[in-house]
Amino acid sequence: MADAQLYGLLAEFRDPEALVDGARRVREAGYRRFDAFSPMPIEGLAEAIGFTRTRMPLVVLIGGLIGAVAGYLLQYWVSVIAYPLNVGGRPLNSWPYFIPVTFETTVLVAALFGVLGMLALNGLPRPHHPLFAVEQFAHATRDGFFLCIETADARFAGDETRRLLVEAGATEVFDVPA
Amino acid sequence: MAQSGKNLKHGSTRQQPLVGDYTFGSVTDKISAIVLRGRTPRNWYFGFAVAFLLVMVLLWSVGYLFLRGVGIWGINMPVAWGFAIVNFVWWIGIGHAGTLISAILLLLRQQWRTSINRFAEAMTLFAVACAGLFPLLHLGRPEYFYYLVPYPATTGMWPQFRSPLMWDFFAVATYATVSLFFWYVGLIPDLATLRDRAKRRFSRIAYGFLAMGWRGSARHWQRYQRAYLLLAGLATPLVVSVHTIVSLDFAVSIIPGWHTTVFPPYFVAGAIYSGFAMVLTIAIPLRAVYGLQDLVTARHLDNMAKVMLASGLVVAYGYLIEAFIAWYSGNLFERYMMLNRAFGEYGWCYWLLIASNIVVPQLLWFRSVRHSVPLLFVIALVINVGMWLERFIIVVVSLSRDFLPSSWGLYVPTFWDWATFIGTIGLFAALLFVFIRLLPMISIFEMRELLEESKGEHS
Repeated sequence: MADAQLYGLLAEFRDPEALVDGARRVREAGYRRFDAFSPMPIEGLAEAIGFTRTRMPLVVLIGGLIGAVAGYLLQYWVSVIAYPLNVGGRPLNSWPYFIPVTFETTVLVAALFGVLGMLALNGLPRPHHPLFAVEQFAHATRDGFFLCIETADARFAGDETRRLLVEAGATEVFDVPA
Repeated sequence: MAQSGKNLKHGSTRQQPLVGDYTFGSVTDKISAIVLRGRTPRNWYFGFAVAFLLVMVLLWSVGYLFLRGVGIWGINMPVAWGFAIVNFVWWIGIGHAGTLISAILLLLRQQWRTSINRFAEAMTLFAVACAGLFPLLHLGRPEYFYYLVPYPATTGMWPQFRSPLMWDFFAVATYATVSLFFWYVGLIPDLATLRDRAKRRFSRIAYGFLAMGWRGSARHWQRYQRAYLLLAGLATPLVVSVHTIVSLDFAVSIIPGWHTTVFPPYFVAGAIYSGFAMVLTIAIPLRAVYGLQDLVTARHLDNMAKVMLASGLVVAYGYLIEAFIAWYSGNLFERYMMLNRAFGEYGWCYWLLIASNIVVPQLLWFRSVRHSVPLLFVIALVINVGMWLERFIIVVVSLSRDFLPSSWGLYVPTFWDWATFIGTIGLFAALLFVFIRLLPMISIFEMRELLEESKGEHS
């Protein structure tokens, strides 16, 4: 019953290696809805929690293509259709002259997609999160290494999960209120 | 990895990008304390006051410019591009070192960049802000600057995309935007650190708002790192394109001294050269005042000096090729341009340029010079002046003598030229002062990462 008011269990680990090790064991135990938190990126941690693929490169590629096509079409439309200037009979679609601006719009839109895509996929901005209610979690941006198993996980079972976390190397386990 | 393995073999601690015994907690506290301490140090107030005074000089001279027009400057025919364009190119070049440090050195896995990239990126933003002012002020009718934007106007007019000035507008606007993204994305985890460490309610809310709820999730870090790397990959060709396009503003024209194919690479090298000189000019006082010698180490200064030396040699090659082609082309006007540059009315500027950009930096070959902080500071200042002179010579000397002797003329800067220029230096300094007071000037999470990596290598 107590589980209904819980968001999950938050376990603290001593150092990055312990966290990676713990995350691997939690995953091997069959849990899927859990996440690790650290003050800096840790090599191998994303793999340990089973998150191996990110769509970031695809998002940036799409942005770059949109920027390139839109940038060139804008110049083509302006110079050939909307405001044609005949300078000594030179071609209106003078493509070599359109490359610098096309390049800039490519980079601009790709970067926009990169930043906004990263934030959107991460679900940010999100000013509040249940984890922030745990006082100790403030260390996650300083020197704390955490792992949180959500109650929403199919295998979540109060004390058993708590025991697993301690066995996986947690120094302390906190309740996260929903 | 390979590099630090080599260091271990040599048993040298000099090569470590971080000096001293730090833990994740202590390195976090050391950097965030500069921002979060309650009292603002007195020397900060003093520095900011001087900078603010110069910002007032800028506002005064810009106000007078709007009232009277560009006639208050020394520009006239034939020298219609005076200080405004010189300063524009100088400032935007300075900005390039920030992008180089944060993007290119990231891609090249140069770990030493970590403690200098944050304020170098801030320097980029502020330098681009100063640069962006000048073309607008130079317009004569600055209220119509938006004519550069392709939008469906009721006049039915559209911009001319075959003009390098249009390319310039797109390049600088893209550069400013992407630099801002890059800087802000790099700041997000540190803003979260400040949010969690701040004592005052207002700071917590302000940093919390900017941190957008960052909580260090492993999934977030994965996407974050990928996005950051991709941004670096985008910023690298961007920074090359920006100064290339700036150089095309000149090279596409037919003025002797401007119409040169060596301009794009030579401008990019010059930008890196002046930018690193400015990074050193800022880093040396900062590390002394805030006691950051452990984080911005002698090795950083040494490496930056080496980059300056290398890019300075590329610049020297540019000067040499300009002179050689002027002779080798057999073109009367090109040849005269070169002779006039060295021995004409502004000849002393040219020799001062050679002295400060080519002769003095050769001292950097010596290790003892690279490790002497005061000498390094002086050399950096000399290069800053030299690079400004280079743009002065390219812009003003070339214009003052074109094809017809009947249309020759000289340019003498007026009080307002100087006041505007010095005013932007004040704006740059004032923005930097605000930045170091409100935001961490060294990337905290990357320092933690560096600590973790070096720990892994020692065990």
